[in-house]
Amino acid sequence: MSSDFRVEGYGRVDRDQTLTFTFDGRTYTGHPGDTIASALLANGVHTLGSSVKLGRPRGIGASWTEDATGLIQVEEPFPEPMLLATAVELVDGMVVRGLNGQGRLAQIPDTARYDRKYHHVDTLVIGAGPAGLVAARAAARRGERVALLDDRAEAGGSLTGTETIDGRPSRDFVAEVTTELAGNAQVVHLPRTTAFGHYDDGFVLALERRTDHLSDPPAGRSRQRVHRVRAKKVVVATGAHERPIVFADNDRPGILLAASARDLLHRYGVLAGREIVVFTSDDAAYAAALDLVAAGAKVTVLEVRAQAPAGAGDLHVITGARVLSTRAVLPADETVGNHGRIASVAVMDGGGHEFGLTCDLLLVSGGWNPTAHLFSHVRGPLAYDEALGAFRPARSVPGVEVVGAADGVLDLAGCLGPEVTAGDEPERTPGEVIWRVPGATDRQFVDVQRDATVADIARAVGAGLRSVEHVKRYTTIGTAHDQGKTTGVIAAGIAAELLGTGVQDLGTTTFRPPYTPVAFAALAGRERGELFDPVRTTAVHDWHVAHGAVFEDVGQWKRARHYPQPGEDMEAAVLRECTAVRGGVGILDGSTLGKIDVQGPDSAVLLDRLYTNMMSSLKVGSVRYGVMCGVDGMVIDDGTVLRLADDRFMVITTTGGAAKILDWMEEWVQTEWPGLRVHLASVTEQWAVFPVVGPRSREVIGAVFPGLDVANAAFPFMTWRDTVLDGVPVRVARISFSGELAYEVNVNAWYAPAMWERLLEAGAPHGITPYGTETMHVLRAEKGYPIIGQDTDGTVTPHDLGMAWAVSKKKPDFVGKRSFARPLNADPLRKQLVGLLPTDSTTKLPEGSQIVELCDDGVLPAPPVPMLGHVTSSYRSAALGRPFALALLKGGRERVGDIVHVPVGGQLVAAQITSSVLVDPEGARRDG
Amino acid sequence: MTSATPPGAHLPEHGDFLWRNPEPKKSYDVVIVGGGGHGLATAHYLAKNHGITNVAVLEKGWLAGGNMARNTTLIRSNYLWDESAAIYEHSLKLWEGLEDDLGYPILFSQRGVLNLAHTEQDVRDSVRRVEANKLNGVDAEWLTPDEVAKICPIVNVSGDIRYPVQGATYQPRAGIAKHDWVAWGFARKADEAGIDLIQDCEVTGFVTDGDTVTGVCTTRGDIACGTVALCAAGHTSVLLDMLGVPAPLSSHPLQALVSELLEPVHPTIVMSNQVHVYVSQAHKGELVMGAGVDSYNGYGQRGAFHIIERQMAAAVELFPVFARAHLLRTWAGIVDTTPDASPIVGHTPYRNVYVNSGWGTGGFKATPGIGWCLADTVAHGRPHEYVAPFALDRFVTGALVDEHGAAAVAH
Repeated sequence: MSSDFRVEGYGRVDRDQTLTFTFDGRTYTGHPGDTIASALLANGVHTLGSSVKLGRPRGIGASWTEDATGLIQVEEPFPEPMLLATAVELVDGMVVRGLNGQGRLAQIPDTARYDRKYHHVDTLVIGAGPAGLVAARAAARRGERVALLDDRAEAGGSLTGTETIDGRPSRDFVAEVTTELAGNAQVVHLPRTTAFGHYDDGFVLALERRTDHLSDPPAGRSRQRVHRVRAKKVVVATGAHERPIVFADNDRPGILLAASARDLLHRYGVLAGREIVVFTSDDAAYAAALDLVAAGAKVTVLEVRAQAPAGAGDLHVITGARVLSTRAVLPADETVGNHGRIASVAVMDGGGHEFGLTCDLLLVSGGWNPTAHLFSHVRGPLAYDEALGAFRPARSVPGVEVVGAADGVLDLAGCLGPEVTAGDEPERTPGEVIWRVPGATDRQFVDVQRDATVADIARAVGAGLRSVEHVKRYTTIGTAHDQGKTTGVIAAGIAAELLGTGVQDLGTTTFRPPYTPVAFAALAGRERGELFDPVRTTAVHDWHVAHGAVFEDVGQWKRARHYPQPGEDMEAAVLRECTAVRGGVGILDGSTLGKIDVQGPDSAVLLDRLYTNMMSSLKVGSVRYGVMCGVDGMVIDDGTVLRLADDRFMVITTTGGAAKILDWMEEWVQTEWPGLRVHLASVTEQWAVFPVVGPRSREVIGAVFPGLDVANAAFPFMTWRDTVLDGVPVRVARISFSGELAYEVNVNAWYAPAMWERLLEAGAPHGITPYGTETMHVLRAEKGYPIIGQDTDGTVTPHDLGMAWAVSKKKPDFVGKRSFARPLNADPLRKQLVGLLPTDSTTKLPEGSQIVELCDDGVLPAPPVPMLGHVTSSYRSAALGRPFALALLKGGRERVGDIVHVPVGGQLVAAQITSSVLVDPEGARRDG
Repeated sequence: MTSATPPGAHLPEHGDFLWRNPEPKKSYDVVIVGGGGHGLATAHYLAKNHGITNVAVLEKGWLAGGNMARNTTLIRSNYLWDESAAIYEHSLKLWEGLEDDLGYPILFSQRGVLNLAHTEQDVRDSVRRVEANKLNGVDAEWLTPDEVAKICPIVNVSGDIRYPVQGATYQPRAGIAKHDWVAWGFARKADEAGIDLIQDCEVTGFVTDGDTVTGVCTTRGDIACGTVALCAAGHTSVLLDMLGVPAPLSSHPLQALVSELLEPVHPTIVMSNQVHVYVSQAHKGELVMGAGVDSYNGYGQRGAFHIIERQMAAAVELFPVFARAHLLRTWAGIVDTTPDASPIVGHTPYRNVYVNSGWGTGGFKATPGIGWCLADTVAHGRPHEYVAPFALDRFVTGALVDEHGAAAVAH
C-alpha cells in the first residue's frame, strides 16, 4: 500500500529506507524513525481494535504515551501484549494486530536479557524538552554530575522545529545542547528512557528500551534496562498532557488530541487527515491548525471561547462553538483500518445554530494537564488551578524541582527561562475550562478504554458517592492502561459539577508508579533461573558432584543429601551410610553451618543475654551447646559455642538460621544494648567444617594430626584444640550430633579440598564413608536431637524439647525468660518432643502427619477430630532395624507407652509413644 | 481486528443507590470506628443478626478506602491451627452465601488455591497443614507437581528453576471476590437498615468515665456511645494509644500490583512462600499480585520498589509466560501485624470497648466471618467462641496462636 498520508518536506523519518510490517494480516510500509502509529496513519489506518466492554471501534488518539486508546498486540518478533501503537518503534518484519481490550501473553519463553544499572548524580533531569535541556545544561555547566533521561527517541520534547530559540531554529538549539552534554564526561544522557517511579530521597527508576528499535541488535545487549538513579536533586521536566473535551461519540477512531497531530506532522511527516475539524478551548490548537493547513489540509476550527485568540491567523474559526456529537462513515466502512472512523461532526455555534461538518479527522484540545506524576509519587502536593483546569504542584518538596509545562508553564519563553531567548510567540489568551458539552451522557466517554461515560459518573454520584476515589471505582475511570493520564481531571471536574462542589474540594486520585507500564521481566532483571537466588556451595562441592551426591536446597546452600552407589535409592544409600557411621567412621561436609565470630570485652555478657543457658562460665578451650529463644520464649535456633578467649567466642548456628541469627544479634546489640563492647562478624564461608564421626574416628584424626593428643583424657568431649598441619592451622572440636565419638575438623576454606582428601585418605583403611544430610538427620533423630525449624515451628520452648537443663535458673535475665513465666508455659498439655514407633514396625509415617487419639473401632470419626500433635521427623533406622519418628505431642512425655493413631492416606496407622531418645539412651558411645 | 468483547468484560453494574451521607447524631448505641470491610460487615450483622441499628460507622477517609480497597482479594480457610481454621472456615461458609445475603453481586469465584512447596521443609509443613485441614473439615489436598500443572498449566514445574516445585496444597473452595463490590454490598445493607455511615470523620479522642468510654470525639463533633468497636486495622494502635491501652501491633506497608487486562491464562490462585509471591487473574483479566510486607514500620501507604522488583522476579520465575506482562499500577496498604501472626479480637480494659485488629496481611478473607463474630460479641457483651482464642490477654497468658510456622508469609 502507498503511504497516502505522508507529506513531503516534513518529519524526520528516513525515507530512503522502507520497512515492511503487517497489521491485522495486511502488509504496510513505513520508514526508520516511524512508530507503528505513525506508519499506520501514514497509510490511512486509524482503527486498531475495539473497546473492552461495548465492542466499539477504537483508534489512535494521540502521538505518544498519553494516548488512552491506541493499543496493539505485537506478535513478531516476540509476542507482547497491550502496547501503545504510538510508543512502539517500527522495525522491518513486525507483525502486529489490534486488540479487543485484552492482551495475549506469549506461550514461549522470553529469552531476552534484562538488566539494571545504578547511577549516583548531583542532578537528575527527567525530560529533554526545552525546560529539561536548559536545566541539564545549567547543571552540567555548574560542574555537577548530571543524568538526563528522556522517554522519546529524540530530544526536544514538544519542540516541533518551527520555533526560534536564541535566534536559531529550535532543532539547532536542541542539537547544540545535546552535543555539549555529550561532550561532558560528567553527564549521562539516555534517550528512550522513561522515568517511571520516584521514591524518597532522590531515588528514581527508569526503563531504557535498548534493542526493540534496532533491526539487528548487537548480540548480548540487554533488551531493556532499569536505571536506578539516586540524585541530590531531581528536576521534573516532564511537560504536560493535552486534555480532551468530552462530547457524545467522542470515542471514534479519527479523533486525536490537537498537538498530537502537529507532532505527527513534524516528527514523522504524517498528515493524519485531510479534512480536519479542530475543537478547542486553548490556543495551542491554533499552532497545530496552521501547520496542518500549511501541509495541505483543509481545517475548520470550532472555538469554545467567544473570541478567536491572537494566533488564529487566517484560519476559518467558528467561535462559541460546541461539538455535539460525531458520526462514522455510514454504512460502516468495513475497510480494515477505517471501521467506525469519524466522518462528520454535529456542531452548535455561538448563536445556537446546529449544523454538520464532514471531516476525516477531529482534533480536540481542552487545555493542558501538567505531567506531575513523578512529583506526586513522592507525596508532592497538587492543587487545582482554576485557570489551567488542572492539578499542578502546589508547593515544593525538598530535593525536587518541577519546571516548565510540568509546573503549568505553557509558553516557550517561560519554559526556557531567563538565560535563553525564545522567538516571538503569539500572546496566550486564557483558555476556557470546559469538561464536556451537554448531550447524551451515555455516549460521552470519559475513559475510552474502560468505556466509562458521563452517565456512569452521574450514576455514581446519584448512588451517594462523594469521593473521587469512590467515583473512580464505581465507574472504573482511570484504571486502564493509561491510568487516566488525560482524563483523570475531567472525571473529577464532571463529578464536581454534578455534586455542585469545587474540583479542589473533591481532589484527585493518587498517581502511583509506574508512570507507564513496565514489563515484569524488565523488573525481574537478571534475577531469573540460577540467578533468582544466589546458589551457595561449599569448598568441596566439586568433590560431592564428582562422587554422585544428590543435593538438597537448604536455604541458599546446595548440600549433599546422600551419595547413592549404583543401584541405590535414597533409602538404601542412607541405611548404608548410617550403618557405616555407627559401625566404623563417616565424614560429613558440615561447612554450611553458620559461624559468627563474637569479639570484645562484653562478648560473654551478650551471649548470656541471648542464650537461655550460661555462656560466661564456659572455659577457654571448651564447647557448650546452647539454645536461643525469641522474646516469646520459643526456640529460634541452637548450636554450639566455642570459647576461643576470654573476650572471644565462635557461635555456631544452624545452616538455615545463619543470616537470621546474625541479624537478630546485631539488632539487640545495635538497638537495645549499644553500650556493650562487642563486635560480630559472619565467618561462615571462611571456615570449612568436616565432622569425622564414628567409633573409628579417633584413629583417623590421630593419623591425620600427629601433633594432636586425641585421647579422651587429653581431649575430652565438648572441648576444642588447635593444631597445625603442614603449616596450616586447624581447629578440631569434640562435638557430636549423632551420639558417636566425633571430631569436627575446622580449617580455612582455601585448604578445605586438601583437608577433605587427607581425611578420606587416612580413613580409607577404616572404610570411611562420606555421608550426607539425610544420614545426619537420621543419626541425630535416633538420639532425639531436634532440628530447629523441622522439629520446632516457633511454638516450642526448650522445655517442650526436653531441654529444661539448657535454661539457666541462675541468670538474672535473658531473651525469652519473662515469657517462660506465663501460665500457659507450665501447661502439662503443651506439645512435647517424643518418639513414635509404628506398631507394625514397617510403616514409615509421612512427615507432617497429624496424630489423633486411638480410635477403638479403627475408624476416623467425622470432623472436627481433635489433634494431639504431628510427626516432625520420620526415617528408617539401620540401628533399630525399623522405621521411627519424632513427634510433637500434647503432654507427650507423660504418655510414653500409649498407642495413638496417625491418619495416612485414608488408613489409620497405630503408633506407640516412646522417649525421643531411641539409640544409646545412656550416652555410652560419645567417647568411643 | 475483532469486535467480540473478551471474557470478563461485562461485570455487573453497581447499585443505583448505595448509601446516604448523614450528619452524625449526638448518640448511638454502638459506634464502630473504621469504615472498612470489617467495620461495615460488623454493622451489617449487628442489624441482621441482632436487630441493633442505632449504630454509626465512623470513617476518617472514604468508606472502605483502606486495606479493603487495596488487598489482593484472596479468600481461603486452609489455616493450620484449629482456632484459625475455625474463624476462616466460618468466614468462607459465609462467603459462599454472601451474594444472596447482601443482595449485591460480589463476584465470588471459587477457583481454588495452590500453595506451592519448594523445599523439603515446605513439603513437611504442607502435609501437616493438609492433614490438619482434613481433620478440621476444611477441604484440602496434597498435589504432586504433575497434578499442580494440570490445575495451573502455566506454573513452571520443571526442574530448571532455582527452587523447583515439589508439590502443593490445594483448597478447591478458595477463591477471589471483588473487594469494592463486597464493601459496598455490606455498606448498602447497613445503610438500608438505618445505620449511619459517616465519612470524613476522624476519631480524635475518647471520653471516659472509669473503665467506661462514654463518648467518641471526632472531627465532626463528639458522639456519645453505648459500646465501641475498634475496626481500624493498622491505625488501631493509634486509637488504643488514646485509651492508654498497649497492644503488640506493628504496622507495615504491604504492596500489591496489577497488570493490564490479559486473555485468561491463570485459572486459579497460586501462592509461594519460598519464591515469595501470590497471584491470581481477576475477572476482567488483570494479574493481581502481592508478596511480603516492607520491613519498616509506618503508616505511609506506599512501599519501596525493590520489594516489587523481587516480586516480579519471583513471578517470572514461577510463571515464565508472565515475562512480558506489564506492571500497570502498584500501591500499598498498611497491615497491622502481631507477634504470633494472628488477630487480636475481644475485650479491652474498658468494659464497653471491643478491639478487632492485627489481621496482618489476611484480613480481607475474614471480612464476613469477623463481622459476624464481632457483632455477636458486641451484642452479647462477651467474645464469640470463634474469636475467644484471639483475646488481647493471650500475650500475657502465653496462649498464642502462632501461624508463623504455617502461614509465615502469605495470606
